[in-house]
Amino acid sequence: MSEAQIKILEEQFEARISRDEKIEPKDWMPEKYRKTHIRQMSQHAHSEIIGMLPEGNWITRAPSLRRKVALLAKVQDEAGHGLYLYSACETLGVSRDELFEQLHSGKAKYSSIFNYPTVTWADMGAIGWLVDGAAIINQVPLCSTSFGPYARAMVRVCKEESFHQRQGYEIMVKLAGGTPEQKAMAQDALNRWWWPALMMLGPTDAESVHTAQSMKWKLKRKTNDELRQQFIDQTVPQAELIGLTIPDEDLKWNDTEKCYDFGAIDWDEFWQVVKGHGPCNKSRMSARINAWENGKWVRDAAMEHADKKEKKELNKVG
Amino acid sequence: MITMKKEWPLWEIFVRSKNGLEHRHFGSLHAADAEMALENARDVYTRRKEGVSIWVVESKNITATNPDNNGELFEPAQDKVYRHPTFYELPDEVKYM
Repeated sequence: MSEAQIKILEEQFEARISRDEKIEPKDWMPEKYRKTHIRQMSQHAHSEIIGMLPEGNWITRAPSLRRKVALLAKVQDEAGHGLYLYSACETLGVSRDELFEQLHSGKAKYSSIFNYPTVTWADMGAIGWLVDGAAIINQVPLCSTSFGPYARAMVRVCKEESFHQRQGYEIMVKLAGGTPEQKAMAQDALNRWWWPALMMLGPTDAESVHTAQSMKWKLKRKTNDELRQQFIDQTVPQAELIGLTIPDEDLKWNDTEKCYDFGAIDWDEFWQVVKGHGPCNKSRMSARINAWENGKWVRDAAMEHADKKEKKELNKVG
Repeated sequence: MITMKKEWPLWEIFVRSKNGLEHRHFGSLHAADAEMALENARDVYTRRKEGVSIWVVESKNITATNPDNNGELFEPAQDKVYRHPTFYELPDEVKYM
């Protein structure tokens, strides 16, 4: 195809998206659209998979059966969400093995928030409340994104995720209303997760290189700063309600703007963690790679068994 | 990095949400064989009573139309308004038909 032809196709493509038409995997698409979607969807899938690790840490130590079944169901959902997203990503012609290879080699990223440790039970509350809360704000607009398989996966993810945040907040409510030690544990978890949760919504608009293009393709409906403001405005009253304090001295209600003003975010910390120097980057990756490598014989044996069974069936027919 | 001998094949998953409705495409997953595809589909796609019946089809067995041919395949239907009841004129006296 000549450059002029590609340009015409690209214009038609952009026009389809601005008319709110969906793009399906076999439709013609610009190479950049394909690559951007593989990058974002796989990063999203990897985040679900790595995201199981900090919470998996507490399943065996959940304080009651009620808490245990809920946490187990949440972690199982995350595995499911990872699988929906991987298969949506594969419709663009990349294989599951390639995607795993990119995760394991460090070429593909996952959400940095999962590189922080979960040191107390209250962290299960803070993660559900804040991390899932921020994730939902990020994900809801994606239900109407332009790429059909991504949008469909996100509809299912969002529907299932609404319980995740509630179960986390419920943990915080109970701890905050408990003994002084329990309340202190809840406050400590909020202190540690608050800033990483704000960073989760991405670099400030001035630093965000993909925003303009992503807005056009409906991979984004609001900028990172708008989403962050939305998250803060909805979360602060929830903390006040249960008597916890947001760890930000500069946080105050701005009556003119009708939103909260907040303090400076430590972006150096954010970039350090993205670059692999967070508290748990190494242990998360090694847990993931070990699980994959130790499961190899099972995957191979299952394939071997399936091949053998198929041959037997063929012989019977023959 | 170790590589698998062979990646598990991809399966398309269809779920009937309740009796009386058709099976609908829900998504896809990898499994070594049909039996495992059914078991995995149960865990991946029906954790919240989404279905009463599951079909699995290995993706390679699906033949699909090419979107490049959409014009010749689907556009001819656009100018065949006479296939719809509203195309036909009836006397006002006929209330229901």
